[in-house]
Amino acid sequence: MTELAQPAVETVEPELARRRRIAIVPAFNEEHTVERVIEEIRAFDPGFVIVVVDDGSIDRTGFVAERCGVQVLRLPFNLGIGGAVQTGYQYALDNGYELAVQVDGDGQHNPQEIARLVGPILDGNADMVVGTRFAEGGGYRGTRLRRVGIRLFAGLVSLMVGQRVTDTTSGFRAVNRKGIRLFAADYPHDYPEVEATVLVARHRLRMVEVPVVMRIRETGSSSITALRSVYYMVKVLLALFIGLFRRYSTPLEEP
Amino acid sequence: MTPFRVSIAAAVAAVILLLVILELIRSRRLQERYALLWLLTGIVILVLSAWRGLLAKLADLVGIAYPPSALFVLASIFVLTVLLHYSTVISKLSDQNAILAQRLAMLEHRLRTRDDD
Repeated sequence: MTELAQPAVETVEPELARRRRIAIVPAFNEEHTVERVIEEIRAFDPGFVIVVVDDGSIDRTGFVAERCGVQVLRLPFNLGIGGAVQTGYQYALDNGYELAVQVDGDGQHNPQEIARLVGPILDGNADMVVGTRFAEGGGYRGTRLRRVGIRLFAGLVSLMVGQRVTDTTSGFRAVNRKGIRLFAADYPHDYPEVEATVLVARHRLRMVEVPVVMRIRETGSSSITALRSVYYMVKVLLALFIGLFRRYSTPLEEP
Repeated sequence: MTPFRVSIAAAVAAVILLLVILELIRSRRLQERYALLWLLTGIVILVLSAWRGLLAKLADLVGIAYPPSALFVLASIFVLTVLLHYSTVISKLSDQNAILAQRLAMLEHRLRTRDDD
């Protein structure tokens, strides 16, 4: 028998292929990058159902995504990243998906690295996996202010959840059915990732970080401008503080 | 100098305000983003009632003869700011409400015409 040509992409791990899996792509005015993100997710694993949550874009984001043949949820106006992502998780919950990955529509996450994200979930060692820029093996270039802010929150959150957390602002993550159920019911607003980390820990879900390399944004600008940083810090600090006194009781077992 | 009892009363009021706001956030009846202005109000009133010299200096600076009045002037400025902020929030909400109603009308129409087929 002649040897078959190597497939261009590593074949999908059988354990992953068994799951009903969905990629949630929040996108706000990302008409230039969303198509490539979709293609790259398909290149990694065509078995992923892709749902693009168009967060009230005023450009052609939703149109471009529909042309690619993915599921598109168009929000009638901008809800912000938290509301957009939660819409994706609600879709995942309603349609019975067992594994969800979250990939930003701006192209800063490399879908090839989904393999590392889903690993601990497939092994049954985690309910949520976060791709971090700071754990060993990851690379991160960013402004100093941004790095300091990220580290401050990482330290605080580590104390609160009793586990070392290095990057609480990463939106590159994977969750199992329990995580989908939690995020569909309860997900923080404006700048959700920091609070979501605490939320997950408070519900006794297991969280694991894996190192990833994030790309530099190609178009557009980060949603966190210098002017908003102060508001961001104060608001998240307040939310974290209040979170200490909150009772969390979202039921996570299948009904 | 502010009479001591005025300071005490203002401080107690500020603490109660802060506690009520924090409890409202905790029980999710108030979102953090709408609470920030209120918290700032409470903190500033608390600081000024405790640090009585600062209030006297502030009052002197803008020419208010009776320092406690400065406290109330400041408080009303904050209340006005919060009200203005809420007006913008309400405007945004009513815009979004209209968009939702319009989308709903389109969806219902689409569903009805599909049933007729």
